[in-house]
Amino acid sequence: MQVSKERVTVARAMVLALEHEGIKHIFGYPGAAICPFFDELIKSDIQNILVRHEANSGHAASGYARVTGKPAVCAATSGPGATNLITAIATAHMDSVPMIAITGQVLSSQLGRDAFQEADITGAAEPFVKHSFLVKNPNDIGEVIKKAFYIASTGRQGPVLIDVPMDIQKMEIEFEYPEKVEIRSYKPSFFGNKLQIKKAAEALKNSKKPLICAGGGILSSGACEQLKILSEKCDIPVIVTMMGIGSIPTNHKNYYGMLGIFGRKIANQALNACDLLIVLGARMSDRAVTTLASFDDTTVIHIDVDPAEIGKNAPVNIPIVGDVKTILEQFIAEVEPMTHDEWQSGLFINKTDFEAKANTFQSDYVSPKLMIKSICKALPQKRVICADVGSNQIWTANNIEIGEEGKFITSGGMGTMGFSFPAAIGAKCADKDAEVVAICGDGSFQMSFMELATAVQHGINVKIVVFVNNKLGMVREYQTNNYAGRHTMVDLSGSPDFLKLAEAYGINGETVSKNEQIVSAVENMVNANEPYLLQVIVDKNEKSLIV
Amino acid sequence: MKHTISILVENNAGVLARISGLFARRGFNIYSLAVGVTEDESVSRITIVADGDDYTLEQIEKQLNKLIDVIKVRTVKPDELLQRELVLIKVSCSAQQRHELISIAEITQAKISDISVDSMTLELSANESHLNNFQELLRPYGIKEVVRTGTIAIQKGTASLRI
Repeated sequence: MQVSKERVTVARAMVLALEHEGIKHIFGYPGAAICPFFDELIKSDIQNILVRHEANSGHAASGYARVTGKPAVCAATSGPGATNLITAIATAHMDSVPMIAITGQVLSSQLGRDAFQEADITGAAEPFVKHSFLVKNPNDIGEVIKKAFYIASTGRQGPVLIDVPMDIQKMEIEFEYPEKVEIRSYKPSFFGNKLQIKKAAEALKNSKKPLICAGGGILSSGACEQLKILSEKCDIPVIVTMMGIGSIPTNHKNYYGMLGIFGRKIANQALNACDLLIVLGARMSDRAVTTLASFDDTTVIHIDVDPAEIGKNAPVNIPIVGDVKTILEQFIAEVEPMTHDEWQSGLFINKTDFEAKANTFQSDYVSPKLMIKSICKALPQKRVICADVGSNQIWTANNIEIGEEGKFITSGGMGTMGFSFPAAIGAKCADKDAEVVAICGDGSFQMSFMELATAVQHGINVKIVVFVNNKLGMVREYQTNNYAGRHTMVDLSGSPDFLKLAEAYGINGETVSKNEQIVSAVENMVNANEPYLLQVIVDKNEKSLIV
Repeated sequence: MKHTISILVENNAGVLARISGLFARRGFNIYSLAVGVTEDESVSRITIVADGDDYTLEQIEKQLNKLIDVIKVRTVKPDELLQRELVLIKVSCSAQQRHELISIAEITQAKISDISVDSMTLELSANESHLNNFQELLRPYGIKEVVRTGTIAIQKGTASLRI
């Protein structure tokens, strides 16, 4: 049967294209330049979620994409709407999150003339996108959107920006959405080199103290099962980067926590003691490997989809480029079962030692550790925990309990404050059955609390935990340690009572100021069938890293 | 150390900005840059001479390859390379000096492209060090203006960089 082309406006074609891609939600904020597109959304089943700041539309899309594993869409108008999106685009880029950002642009005849609300957004966002398009020919729209989804979701995933002038959006075209696209200059590697995999298997066979470091690549390639199989089959302990949290259940016997300057001591000890390090979908960032004494005596296998990450931050002996899941399947088939009793039991003693030591709590304030642990105990297994940036992120990362059905979402690479609440909104839209909690500090929450209105307006049932100490705790801690205790610009006096703030939006909540109140408060929060906010009073001198 | 990098790219708007932006933000130094369309008009070739150690060069190549518009990247070894650069030099030249300059042009195989009452413009295509020598030869006459293209390069023999 001949498929006939439809005569539609570009704006309509954009909506049809997104429907073809299975898009169910768009997070956005309007303005004149994006109106033709938004106007067409009325006729679509795609749900449009109006946020209260463009950056948060991007963060919500990030949270959404990290739950579904597929590209999510945010949209904003030209000029300031578009530039406000940049932080969210950069956040997605650093954490390799598939995202499609659509921006309206001034009339194409006005481009380059500094028209009202004109910003060269493809130029400004260039360092932070995987790719971008400025649509100048209306007939290109189908191919552009198809390419955008293909680029965002394959290889090392990332954000793609599509900028469409408003006159182009209104033009009529003969439209048919392409089934597939071919980009001759873009061919991401998939399978790993067989010889390299054999070499890696040989190195593992010869190793007495192997260690796996799992990064975000495990989650984005859907390789959690393969990671577990490899770890169990070859008896290899696993540490994770911040982005890799949740790649293996935190209660797994082979799990030793997050590495890095804010990581667990035992994870770093394992890193320094191992003779073979298998890095999976991680980029060995400065925060992750600063505690590493030296790689000189360690053989390093690095498996990553992005060849540019191989050898960028740390020397590598056996690089394997390709999809982590596929390579792990190849690798697992290549190795025999083995045990490392001596190595594992040595580590295990330290692990239980740590657990025992770290479980004592002071009573004047709420212990963040106990708070996180209690939240994790109360939540159903199908949980999404979004941590913001600051001490709250480190508390969450090091104490989170998460299984195969759970997800941990945070801004790992960019460290974007204000990320967790809009990301949680996006995550909840992506999976209505999951219990979603945003964990914030009083600093980071004040960067995105305007989204309380978004949650109320669209009936998005997210739970919010705000750690309150009236300080920007992590920077304050940094100043304590590095500026002889001189604290500048870290006092948050003037902050609102967050319960009253929530109440102003019609959101219930309670204050937790003692450890004894944690259990019932958390229970009330989890049982509430609507947004609920816990204001948790913590000590301003509480350290990020609880050792 | 200087490297000559040949890059085949889609002949699209904004590609050059993406590439030069990448060099700038990752701290790679560009020594010279030349762009032109290839035998296939949908493809442009960018020839960049860049400075850096082996680590930097490897990163330059890998980061360039990540750009969607980049089709192929190759760093060509100096001994496999035919390099050319074009220079136009305008020098002061009185009527009495014309013969001297004409003989310099003959010896260096430069072309006299323009002449006026008190100036002469010479044109030479050669490799970089040859051009530097040429410029030194003309300096005593009083150089008014020097215009140089970036280096372009092609592999010697039958080997070629194509998509």
